[in-house]
Amino acid sequence: MSAPTGQSLHPGLNLGEEHGDDHLEAETSVFGFWVFMMSDLVTFGMFFAVFATTMPLACCPGPKELFDFGSIAWQTAFLLLSSVTSGMAVLTMKQEHGGRGACTKKLVFWLLLTVLLGCGFLYREISDFISMAAAGGPPTRSGYLSALWSLVGLHGLHVTGGIIWCLVIVVGVLVRGVDRRWKLALLRWALFWHFLDVVWIFIFSFVFLGGLL
Amino acid sequence: MFEALFGRLTWDSIILVQEFEDPNLNTFITAGAAAMLPVGGALVVALLFWMKWWKPLFEWLTSVDHKKIGTMYIIFAVIMLFRGVVEGILMRVNQAVGLNGGFLSSDHFNQLFTTHGTNMIFFVAMPFLIGLINIVVPLQIGARDVAFPKLNQISLGLTAVGGFLIMISLLVGEFSTGGWTGYPSFTGRLINPGVGPDYYILSIGIAGLGSTLTGVNFAVTIYKMRAAGMSFMRMPLFTWTALCTSILLIFAMPPLTACCLMLGLDRYLGFHFFTNDMGGNLMNYINLFWMFGHPEVYILILPAFGVMSEIAATFSGKRLYGYVGLVAATMCIAVLSFMVWLHHFFTMGQSTTVNAAFGIATLLIAIPTGVKIYDWLATLWGGRVRFTTPMLYLCGFFVLFAIGGLSGVILANPTLDYQLHNSLFLVAHFHNVIIPGTLFGVLAGIYYWFPKIYGFRLLDGYSRITAFLWAFGFILAFLPLYQVGMMGMTRRTVAYENPALVPWMVVSGIGALFLGLAFTFVLLTLWRSVVNRKKLMVPFGDPWDGRTLEWWTPAPTPEWNFAVLPKVDGRDAFTEAKAKGTAYQPIEKYEDIEMPANTYYGLIIAALGSGLGFGLVWYMWWLAIICFLGCIVTVITYAFLPERKKIIPAAEVREIDETWRRAARESRGVTRDDECNEANQGLARPDIITNP
Repeated sequence: MSAPTGQSLHPGLNLGEEHGDDHLEAETSVFGFWVFMMSDLVTFGMFFAVFATTMPLACCPGPKELFDFGSIAWQTAFLLLSSVTSGMAVLTMKQEHGGRGACTKKLVFWLLLTVLLGCGFLYREISDFISMAAAGGPPTRSGYLSALWSLVGLHGLHVTGGIIWCLVIVVGVLVRGVDRRWKLALLRWALFWHFLDVVWIFIFSFVFLGGLL
Repeated sequence: MFEALFGRLTWDSIILVQEFEDPNLNTFITAGAAAMLPVGGALVVALLFWMKWWKPLFEWLTSVDHKKIGTMYIIFAVIMLFRGVVEGILMRVNQAVGLNGGFLSSDHFNQLFTTHGTNMIFFVAMPFLIGLINIVVPLQIGARDVAFPKLNQISLGLTAVGGFLIMISLLVGEFSTGGWTGYPSFTGRLINPGVGPDYYILSIGIAGLGSTLTGVNFAVTIYKMRAAGMSFMRMPLFTWTALCTSILLIFAMPPLTACCLMLGLDRYLGFHFFTNDMGGNLMNYINLFWMFGHPEVYILILPAFGVMSEIAATFSGKRLYGYVGLVAATMCIAVLSFMVWLHHFFTMGQSTTVNAAFGIATLLIAIPTGVKIYDWLATLWGGRVRFTTPMLYLCGFFVLFAIGGLSGVILANPTLDYQLHNSLFLVAHFHNVIIPGTLFGVLAGIYYWFPKIYGFRLLDGYSRITAFLWAFGFILAFLPLYQVGMMGMTRRTVAYENPALVPWMVVSGIGALFLGLAFTFVLLTLWRSVVNRKKLMVPFGDPWDGRTLEWWTPAPTPEWNFAVLPKVDGRDAFTEAKAKGTAYQPIEKYEDIEMPANTYYGLIIAALGSGLGFGLVWYMWWLAIICFLGCIVTVITYAFLPERKKIIPAAEVREIDETWRRAARESRGVTRDDECNEANQGLARPDIITNP
């Protein structure tokens, strides 16, 4: 890599120059992940677009009957807080594993806290799905409900993937230590986690708020 | 019990069984095609045992070398091209005798045009181009590999899964009858509950994921791994088009993934995205599909434009005319390609204003494309032009592609489109851009870069005959379709009643036979060249007096590409080095080279992905679940396995590189007069015209 040390050329969180070669390696790896997320964002965009073209049918329950706003507020809180904790995890890695201290415990703490919040989000989301289905709004009922379930569900699947990924990283840093591979994985995972947060904000605003207002 | 194990797969699903139960010409043809799979597979296995090729085979399948991966893409594409050409011939011959009914049943014909289209777009054209990009781009930018070599292998694996599914549908079950676009509600569960559309969704959906990852990989490779000094405006044109194609893949594949997912949800779980009732809207599918589909045609053509640019410059011994214009035109096309998707369905009820806007946007694309054609013509002007095989393809391209482009301009006008849509005029148009554009570009590119990677040229005579056969066959097979299209014949019809169409259809059928001959000649060229390879060797690696970095290595190119990573200070770096006489000067310092070691990652993902796809098609849920979990376990396992590297010691690199440089300094080389003779050892001597 030709990037001069100390100057961050890659977008997103950097490791800082005290991480030496790892810092330079992150350039390609993290940039690649940004590009992948752009692609993933288009996938979400397509589901948004389809959702935007559908209307609740008169035959079936609509947003007012189906959405539990309290639960959605909880989900939002869980996910936004988990973004903060994931940010703390990355800062811990940046500052404590750059050749100075090596407090892996602290890193694992923040990661597990993120997982916990993520699971809280998923728990509320799944129970919402179950109550929606019970209230006569399963996805097979109408085009609107198909689009709603698949858009929210696609985000939920991403969150599930993110949680599994995070657990893999936890095991990785415990078994192998915070070496280059896990540092880069953590950088990419953190980007992914923030990205899911951003997507959620759009889902919250357009799907849920938009449906209720 | 049986149902839990095999889902909806029954004994009768196997095509060969159907032939015994109901023997007729249609089942005979399908059984023949189906039999080719086990018979061909058995022959390949026998050959592997006979030649003791198992070890080299796995060496290849586990390789992460971009040149080997590219080669595997191209071999895959050639196999699929064989199937596509045979299907094309069957359809055209059926039409030639199709007055009041040909010999194919309508269901069989529907499957043929569906697999032909799906196959040719996703498993012939794309793998051909991605293969070429794999082989050439790292060499052109002076890199040793791509940014993510293992990901590259996985992309190949996922493409192979798609190929596996479309191939196995020959033997077990049936393929979709909904055309390569697969519009619901015809492909929906209500009308078509069989396995065909499921094969279709899964094969292009999974292969599409592979293509997305390829796009990411090459965009990052080109952005981050260029040689020192190679700024964007010094990149070779093929690399520019590869970059634009990668960007298109990144943004255009997700709509395909999305519409495959949605159609899958409709079919498997009874959702209502595209159904006719309960608030479904099939226009959503059509919009999503063409949001992918239109950029897709530029994914197919841009790299071919890149090949043509390289060829025009090299074989006229001149700097590429209008480099900046060509780059700008490529970018313009890439951006415009996202703004025209609606012209694929002008007749589906939008307002005239919307149609007019998209029609004008479509017409605009003709401008950058025209700029390109003039730039290539101007590159030839006053050059030292040699009519080698790639130049024959380029000349064919100039004439035929221009016709295809102009018929596109006709179709871009909504008022005319209302007359011509859904007719054979359209079929003639897109074959007219894909064959003289993409296919000619690919074939020219293979001839051009073949000696670089494998160390010997392709036989000149055979290659020339092949080029003429493709052009001749294309003209006969497809130009008549413009006429019958204007006479009102619709596409995708198995039979017709108007006797006035017959002469045109017969000519077209004969043309299809010539295209079959052309394909045979591709294989023949390869075979004869391999047999005679001793006489065709070009060990110095620069048989055409090349201009860009890829020619600055021995042939075949060593695994590490460049002994020492090159530094670039101009657009045609190699030409400048040759002019200054510094190209083959000794290098003082060599270092150990670290290359990624072979891995089974891609192979495992391909096997599990095939199982997943097959299980989903046949409702064999246990298989699908096991394979899906298997994929996740594989990914996690590889995340923990130590990164294996192969170290190539500096001494070994030094020996090979110094021998090559010394021999090049001591040999005379050949002028362009002897380019296609045995005298050409891959070392260029300055010619009568000095390079401007």
